[in-house]
Amino acid sequence: MDESRRSFLKETGWAALGLGCGFPLLNTACSSSSAQGETPSQTGAQRQWAMVVDIQKCMDEEVRNACIAACHRAHNVPHIPDPEDDVKWIWSEEYQDVFPDQAHEHTALAIRHAPILILCNHCTNPPCVRVCPTQATWKRDEDGIVMMDMHRCIGCRYCIAACPYGSRSFNWRDPRDFIERDADGEYYSDFPTRTKGVVEKCNFCAERLREGLQPACVEAVNQVDGGAGALVFGDLGEPGSEVSRILADRFTICRRVELGTGPNVYYIV
Amino acid sequence: MSDKPKIVAGLALFVALVAFPVWYGLGGEGEVAAPELEYPADADACVEATAYMTANHMDLLNRWRNAVVREGQREYQASSGERYVMSLTGTCLDCHTSRDEFCTKCHDYADVSPKCWDCHIAPEGN
Repeated sequence: MDESRRSFLKETGWAALGLGCGFPLLNTACSSSSAQGETPSQTGAQRQWAMVVDIQKCMDEEVRNACIAACHRAHNVPHIPDPEDDVKWIWSEEYQDVFPDQAHEHTALAIRHAPILILCNHCTNPPCVRVCPTQATWKRDEDGIVMMDMHRCIGCRYCIAACPYGSRSFNWRDPRDFIERDADGEYYSDFPTRTKGVVEKCNFCAERLREGLQPACVEAVNQVDGGAGALVFGDLGEPGSEVSRILADRFTICRRVELGTGPNVYYIV
Repeated sequence: MSDKPKIVAGLALFVALVAFPVWYGLGGEGEVAAPELEYPADADACVEATAYMTANHMDLLNRWRNAVVREGQREYQASSGERYVMSLTGTCLDCHTSRDEFCTKCHDYADVSPKCWDCHIAPEGN
């Protein structure tokens, strides 16, 4: 009896030791394979849509208003007077708030308060995607767009907390009452409106890209006098694209690069 | 003993209240006629057979939704071999021109309220 009990304990001990050594190995094997799967865009072969914003050209209010209006009409974005409830896809904020890590105590006042166009950065490593419990937001493998699936969004707003750029808005109320309509009371676009209780943001005009068009904001600025090139859109995975060329030739910055989110909206200073 | 009428009356009221669903149905207008749907005049077939669509359109629409939104596929190959663009407002409502006469009528009868139109915009004329 004693003998068998002793050998049983010995065997259990060896088994526990074996498991203890095995699990970390298994874990590292799993995590390394998923890490490889998550970052195909870093190889450069993958398509990654990106935008370059020319800060100087966007100083013109007409240019900024043109692209904001075009975006809002294309996507039925509501304009809610109460700033706490407003929904934003592309809008402008002051330089000191857009680039808090760039503004210093001697930054000229005019620059400090200069308006900068901002939108979703469609990050290479998006924190909003990591926190979404329903995968209502995800990064598309084929072109790097951080998409929203309104059918799945449960309105938990984790993504709003996770996004360091404030690019996401929650629908606190039914947006339909605040969407611009034409003289006949019809919406300007057949793009589905959103509903109370979901989060929304810029989608890089995925519905237009599918048809081979440029994003609505880019198309709009190019039609404004002096606005041509204020926003440039293209594929970072393709070395010959205009965005790749601009990033190679010009001095550009990104928002909060130190966070490691890998923003894909660049600014020509 | 003198409480007997009160107790009987109370019991009668109780039974009448509990049986409300039974006698309310008896006194009603009887069976509600199934809604008569308006079928499109200028199309002779839906993407799938009518019986299948009647029973499974919600499932088909869910699959269309997932294919378009999640996988970026736009084309649906029907069992007849015909190809269609997967779009609620573009394809479905292209033939079934009136949302109120087609979708809503039947959903009201079945007492279901899908949320499609909270976001999707029915084409003009609806």
